[in-house]
Amino acid sequence: MAEGTAPISPEGAAIGRPIARDDGVAKVTGRARYAADCRPPGLLHAVIAPSRIARGRVTAFDLDAAMAEPGVVAVMTPANRPPLAEDPDAKTAPIVFRLDLLQDDRIRYAGQPVAVVIGETLEAAEEGAFRLAPAYAAEPALVDIDAAEPFVPETVGLGAPVERRRGDVEAALATAAHRVQRRYETAAQVHNPLEPHAVVAVWEGDRLWVDTPSQNVARAQRRIAGLLGLPPDHVHIRSPFVGGGFGAKAFPAGPQVLGILAARLVGRPVKLVLSRAQMFGAVGHRAPTRQTLRLGLADDGTIAALAHHARVASSRFDDFFEPAAALSGGVYAAGAVETTHEAVRLDIATPVVMRGPGEATGSLALECAIDEAAAELGLDPLAFRRLNHADTEPISGRPFSSKALRACYDAGAARFGWAGRPLAPRSLSDSDGRLVGLGIGTAVFPSMMFQAEARALLRADGAAIVELGAHEIGQGAATALRQIAADALGLPLSAVTLRTGASDLPDAGGAAGSSHTATAGSAIHAAGTALVARLAALATADPASPLHGAGNAVLFAADGALHAGDGRRDPHAAVLARAGLGAIEARGAAAPDRAARASHAMAAHGAVFAEVAVDPDLGAIRVTRLVGAFAAGRIVNPRLARSQLVGGMIWGLSLALHEAAQFDPATGAIANADLGAYRIPVHADLPFVEALLVAEEDTLVNPLGVKGVGEIGITGTAGAVANAVWHATGVRIRRFPIRIEDLALAMPGREKEDDA
Amino acid sequence: MRRFAYLRPARLEEALAAAAEPETAWLAGGTNLVELMKRGVARPARLVDLAGLEDLATITPLAAGGLSIGAAVRNADLARHPVILRDAPILAEAVLSAAAPQIRNRATTAGNLLQAPRCAGFLDPGAACNRRAAGSGCAARGGDGRDAAVLGATEACIAVHPSDLAVPLVALDARLRVAGRDGERTIALGTLYGADGASTLPPGELVRAVLLPAEAAGFAGHARYLKLRERTSFAFALVSAAAALRIAGGRIVAARVALGGVAPRPWRPAEAEAVLAGAVPTDALFRAAADAALAAARPIAENGFKIELARRVLVRALTLALRGTPARVPALAASPFAPAGEGARHG
Repeated sequence: MAEGTAPISPEGAAIGRPIARDDGVAKVTGRARYAADCRPPGLLHAVIAPSRIARGRVTAFDLDAAMAEPGVVAVMTPANRPPLAEDPDAKTAPIVFRLDLLQDDRIRYAGQPVAVVIGETLEAAEEGAFRLAPAYAAEPALVDIDAAEPFVPETVGLGAPVERRRGDVEAALATAAHRVQRRYETAAQVHNPLEPHAVVAVWEGDRLWVDTPSQNVARAQRRIAGLLGLPPDHVHIRSPFVGGGFGAKAFPAGPQVLGILAARLVGRPVKLVLSRAQMFGAVGHRAPTRQTLRLGLADDGTIAALAHHARVASSRFDDFFEPAAALSGGVYAAGAVETTHEAVRLDIATPVVMRGPGEATGSLALECAIDEAAAELGLDPLAFRRLNHADTEPISGRPFSSKALRACYDAGAARFGWAGRPLAPRSLSDSDGRLVGLGIGTAVFPSMMFQAEARALLRADGAAIVELGAHEIGQGAATALRQIAADALGLPLSAVTLRTGASDLPDAGGAAGSSHTATAGSAIHAAGTALVARLAALATADPASPLHGAGNAVLFAADGALHAGDGRRDPHAAVLARAGLGAIEARGAAAPDRAARASHAMAAHGAVFAEVAVDPDLGAIRVTRLVGAFAAGRIVNPRLARSQLVGGMIWGLSLALHEAAQFDPATGAIANADLGAYRIPVHADLPFVEALLVAEEDTLVNPLGVKGVGEIGITGTAGAVANAVWHATGVRIRRFPIRIEDLALAMPGREKEDDA
Repeated sequence: MRRFAYLRPARLEEALAAAAEPETAWLAGGTNLVELMKRGVARPARLVDLAGLEDLATITPLAAGGLSIGAAVRNADLARHPVILRDAPILAEAVLSAAAPQIRNRATTAGNLLQAPRCAGFLDPGAACNRRAAGSGCAARGGDGRDAAVLGATEACIAVHPSDLAVPLVALDARLRVAGRDGERTIALGTLYGADGASTLPPGELVRAVLLPAEAAGFAGHARYLKLRERTSFAFALVSAAAALRIAGGRIVAARVALGGVAPRPWRPAEAEAVLAGAVPTDALFRAAADAALAAARPIAENGFKIELARRVLVRALTLALRGTPARVPALAASPFAPAGEGARHG
């Protein structure tokens, strides 16, 4: 990994340090306790029985057979499911998804839970579920995005506009010197975090304790309390470690609530853990897309018009529409730009946010189309991107709060060795005769921020505890947030303890939208700043303090002490001791700066470069090098940030070449519902991957100047890989993931050439 | 999972007696069976664990030449056994192209040969599958055929056999030593597989060893396994080919060829071997052999591409075999991305 380009925070002792993650040892030694590791006394095991059909009704269960299995305690069906205070199909908040909680016998997608079997052991419950053998009245199901009638939804994503326009795209297209129109297809994907959805529920009267992985414990608490008719503070969600979520755990899923209801039904603690196959059902997925890009180009290589239209799939019973076209309003300068969506309704589970929702699939199509436009003009794809650099956000005209994309192009191209790349495809090969191609994609992801609160407690011994309901989901938040806390409090890292992952703590917002460090970190920063101000007030008012009489404004905290600019200092512990205080506490809150966000576009940027090797006869593809350069504001922890970026880049590779959930047209179920048949990359697929950090300062995005690094790595990468495949072979594949046969049969085989 | 009895006999006679009971399954590495039990696809009442039978786990020379590979020899041990690497390195190349190290450390030789298809219909206990329940139908017939056979498919079953190891073993005329309560017998490996790929062994019979004939070593210098798959490692073959040549005086004295991923069983195209035998090796000859091997192929649904890919994979495997077996099995075993530049160990 390259060093030296990472911005090292000049003012902070902890921020900017590449420390190893705090929980690393606990995780690799198995001491980190995930939800499914919890075993309260008297625990029973529950499993869901998923629907085999995609549309219809359950007509019967063999309850006798299920109950006859030794160890089966109960079977929960619509007939005996404990009552709910809210209809799980009710839209009780602006952003809430309908859940399948055994409200009736209706089936609306394959994999929908139709019953829950509770047993003394997992094996007994599983066998009970097997013996339950539901009978169905099936109706014809439709799962093909290309076969359904489209409509225009009211919004896309989580409340985003379905259409956006600036300028007259049709007029600009009509008069453009060159036009490029291409259609791209992406497949459905399933989140599949390493840790499946799990819940351990313990009822104590009308209080509920829930161990479950969540990307937003406050939201989970509100939703579960609402469904059950409990005061929110009677629902205690604990989620200290989350084994990945990628959006699948951003909202409580039906099976998690079913586990809670099962515990209610039997009056004992219950654990419910989804199997890997069940992860392909009721917990969301990324919708497939069909995307059409239309570009109008001037002779000088500038983009006169850019139109991005996406068709996406959703369920018949709820609304989530992958905002696949939306990002095209913010990447390249264009005389006129428009992004539009349409949707179809299928007999599938409702899609949900999945890492880079919209951005991932949209970036793939956009970056391919940009490459195809560059080829149309005979321009180097990097030069074409530089030429059409968006100095302001094209769709809105707003300036960017910061944008170091040009520096990313420079750093990535230099490290990768882009210079000298031949323009024509099928120009390079390796010593064994494999075709070699080099591709590029621009990475972009909006810098979001939400509301959060935090509290900080400084003890007499000079150590601090910082608490907030933040989420350690494998991304390293617990470590990065502790670094922010240490600097905010002016304490060494060793003196700061961070407590996260519980709904009883202040609401820290969700770990979603690559916003968590900005959101939770800003709240911590505010709490720490408030606590230091209290401390400073104590010190300056205390005649015994070396800082007596110094104005608060000239004080700063560092190394466990308050400092004046002239060298005077007073340790935190000494201030408290003289004041006779055992501890002081402060709270802080953070929220996005509405004015700054109205006047400025805010996004992280990057450039990703891919090298692929392709077997000219067999069509096998291997990504031999992947280099990304990213500018994402201030980097709190370069080591963890690189890990996040590399993880995203691997997702991008997977989007381009591997992942596809295949809906069986006959049954409507996902046919490849295991990690053998639903393929993600393995180490051998990516021998070299590197993420460079490009310095960027942003004084507007939030008080810390941080942008997100969680999702941007996917964008740019998928397109870079696809573009490299084209450069290697001269064949442009527009159906993703790229299949061996699509590439192999489109290339002239060597044998055929010889025959000709 | 259905409740089951677990037995771990120490002697072969006890094992065979235990397996005479109905609804009994042999448990070797368990990498396939246990997964099938979790899915509800396999629901045995009794498991007889072979781990106590130590004489099943050795590789020994046969008196008449050739090798006996114990049924319970782990994949990982097979792949690094010096005699295998000397006499039949293509077996190591095939084994190392399969699964991942953790699985190879558990999985056994006979278990690999007897593994179940990965057809989605077979793996779903609620779906129609003639292989699981004769006469119930074939859910896979409604699919895109991507994972289906193009050679030897039957009305009843279109699944392909998933084993890599079986492909070169069938090519090299391996036999099986099979034990039952009535004694032992030796059968050709090819006859282990019925038309639908399922085992033809009667219930209660046990594979003791795979027997590799002495002639196999004659191909060791020109034998390669090549596997086309959808990621660089840890995936079943889309199509694969084993090609073994004996070359003398600039001619192919004898050829052994088999295909994987295209048929319900490891597919031995005698027509291709006939084309190759006695001929001077050229690209045109290899293409003719591949055409012969796939002449009877028929697509199912949208899988016609597999016919062309199988041709190309076989031509490449023959080309690599002609070039000579490398001194070591490449790190990316059987992969098109294995370095081609290594020197051959035999002329």
